[in-house]
Amino acid sequence: MKNCILVGVGGQGTILASKLIAQAAMDKGKQALTTETIGMAQRGGSVVSHIRIGSEIYSPLIPLQAADLVIGFEPAEAVRALPYLKKDSMVIVSKRAIIPVTSAFSGSNYNGMEMMSYLKDHVENLIVVDTDTICRLCGSNKVVNLSLLGVAAAGGVLDISLNDLENTIRKVLPEHYIEMNIKALHLGAKSITEQTWATH
Amino acid sequence: MKQELLMGNQAIALGAIHAGVGVVTGYPGTPSTEILETVAKRNPGNIYVEWSVNEKSAMEVAAGATYAGIRTMVTMKQVGLNVASDPIMSLAYIGVKGGMVVVVADDPGPISSQTEQDTRQFGIFSKIPVFDPSSPEEAYRMIEDAFDYSEKYNTPVLFRPTTRVCHANASITVNDSRRVIKAEGFIKDSKWVIFPRLSYESHMKIEKRNPVIAEDFFSYSYNKVTGHGKKGIATGGVSYAYTKEALSSLNGTGKLMKVATPYPFPEKLALEFLKDLDEVLVIEELSPYLEKELIYLCGKYQLPVKIKGKLTEDMPWAGENTVKSVTEAVRNFLSLPYSQSETKEISITLPDRDPVLCAGCPHRASFYAVKRAMKGRKAVFSGDIGCYTLGNAKPLEMVDTCLCMGAGVTIAQGIHRVEPDGVNFAFIGDSTFFHTGISGVINAVTNETDIVLAVLDNSTTAMTGNQPNPGTGQTMMGSISQKISIYNILSAIGVKHIERINPFDLAKAQKAVTKMADIKGVSAIIFEAPCIQIVKPAPAYKVYTEKCTNCEHCIKELGCPAIVIENEQVTIDSTLCNGCSICSQVCPFGAIGGPEQ
Repeated sequence: MKNCILVGVGGQGTILASKLIAQAAMDKGKQALTTETIGMAQRGGSVVSHIRIGSEIYSPLIPLQAADLVIGFEPAEAVRALPYLKKDSMVIVSKRAIIPVTSAFSGSNYNGMEMMSYLKDHVENLIVVDTDTICRLCGSNKVVNLSLLGVAAAGGVLDISLNDLENTIRKVLPEHYIEMNIKALHLGAKSITEQTWATH
Repeated sequence: MKQELLMGNQAIALGAIHAGVGVVTGYPGTPSTEILETVAKRNPGNIYVEWSVNEKSAMEVAAGATYAGIRTMVTMKQVGLNVASDPIMSLAYIGVKGGMVVVVADDPGPISSQTEQDTRQFGIFSKIPVFDPSSPEEAYRMIEDAFDYSEKYNTPVLFRPTTRVCHANASITVNDSRRVIKAEGFIKDSKWVIFPRLSYESHMKIEKRNPVIAEDFFSYSYNKVTGHGKKGIATGGVSYAYTKEALSSLNGTGKLMKVATPYPFPEKLALEFLKDLDEVLVIEELSPYLEKELIYLCGKYQLPVKIKGKLTEDMPWAGENTVKSVTEAVRNFLSLPYSQSETKEISITLPDRDPVLCAGCPHRASFYAVKRAMKGRKAVFSGDIGCYTLGNAKPLEMVDTCLCMGAGVTIAQGIHRVEPDGVNFAFIGDSTFFHTGISGVINAVTNETDIVLAVLDNSTTAMTGNQPNPGTGQTMMGSISQKISIYNILSAIGVKHIERINPFDLAKAQKAVTKMADIKGVSAIIFEAPCIQIVKPAPAYKVYTEKCTNCEHCIKELGCPAIVIENEQVTIDSTLCNGCSICSQVCPFGAIGGPEQ
């Protein structure tokens, strides 16, 4: 069984990403069970998707310390999800921080840097993704999700290849979004090979 | 037959289509909304689907259809059932002809609701059978059974998934065939007219019938007792999945009872479960429903079994269960050792991330205009249910009350009766206005109460994902209907002072509010601007750094998620900004501008 947690901020496209992973797994003949945050939290709140792939799955929610992979769409949200992470498992994180409006009123000066160093100190197997650059190269701010999926596929944790995801994208996304999303997927995958692993 | 990745709500919809449903009505509400939307999307062509104006109307339209012999489904969230409780209470006595399933989604947590009410309790109250699916797959198959039971016993049935069933996605084998249910049509009969005499007879019949249903449920395949031992766990709904998960991770064993039909309670099943047990742990969400049923049985049959659960404080009273909380409870109950290392605490302060009004949301502009106009004056701002409830957060702080759908209009009147020297605003969205707002306005007009009604008309039902409403002129059958004008309604009711305002013109909006606040009786401002989720956003605005003094006035006044401080400079995040222009109207230094300036 594989467990994956996607965390981010409402509006970042975590729901689509979770659907694509589950669908890709199903297209390979596996069973998938996922659950999403839907409702008020989608308006800029913290959102979490749980994805479970394999047989004999009961709960749609992943137990603590059971995730094989955490994909953080935002540094602080990735930290928030750490209790789910299985020992020595992988965290993929976009380094782009999203600053909550409320921080201006609560006196917090969150900027994401402190979360990134916390992740570096606490996660052995961390992959940092420069989603800003990938978005720029794709000409869209809406491809953070696909670039992170590309990294996940290249990271190989979920037994879903880049090719599997590409096939699923072609099957489920509307025609005019396909090429841009596939581009983001590949740029994500490519960014992982360009990372200096020694820095971890 | 094919495998599909389906959300629980989609599964319920496809299960109902397969079961031959012919009329589907409902009102949007998280976590139930996608059920009706999916029926509309996958409509084979012969199902009538509508978003009704409110849950009461939805229930009554469906009741009429079932009188005429067709299978009907009604969808709503748990608090929606409160609105529809008048028709369903009586319908329980009248009964149905075509199968009628009332899907009511409960929301433990609550994640997106006002209450943690338990629809299983409504089963007892209304004497209507309740089905409680534990997973999307089960929901898919169980909905067809629900229709069959409804027809078999001529009663509406309640089908109550919870959020984690509604919003879980699973691989489900879908049967594309559709059962053919022929509607006989409405046949005139005195049985359709509720009278005290008839109600007395119906009541007697129901009390005799429900034990028969309970007996029938004993053999219902989703109710089951497994395992053996001196200790037993009783559960149902998604808590069953958590319990299975916990038992599997702890290698725990014991007797397990799963209740899929909480009402009428399958007594025989429970007696089979309780036999030879010393202790029972009940794992359920919301109310101690199963727990009380078991305690009742132990009393009735004088069984020496200790029942543990919410009432004994072994399980939490409020909030949703999680794999963690259930595993902990099961571990304690079965006296099992810890199977994994303690979870490490996060040793850094995480930023709070509460939901906020979107960048470019017209509600922010409307609230801000009223706030500016009322600065220094005694005023109370009653709010209502919708995205605009988020207007209570800093820095706007423009929602002083929120109770239930439509209540803001009337609460404002009550406050006014005690504090007539203040201005009482009632904010209400367009869909909520049609839902249960109008009667409150009539109440104010007829009783000559001074309130300022502020209708936030964004041409959609935004919070639940942009459903049409009577003001938008579309139906779920795809046709274009007549748009119902809020202005004309208010005018017909007798509201003499009504202004339609574009909230993004701040100066004009503020002026209109100031004027309306001083009018005796009911005055109304209709803030008209579409939800940012349904229109193409305008190009992003930007901060002219040479003019910006970093006074942060824009941030402190508006709380727009697109305005942030980056490297000690106020900036507009172009990925979030939707170009609404309000910040540029607020900036005292003219340091924010649009692309053309």
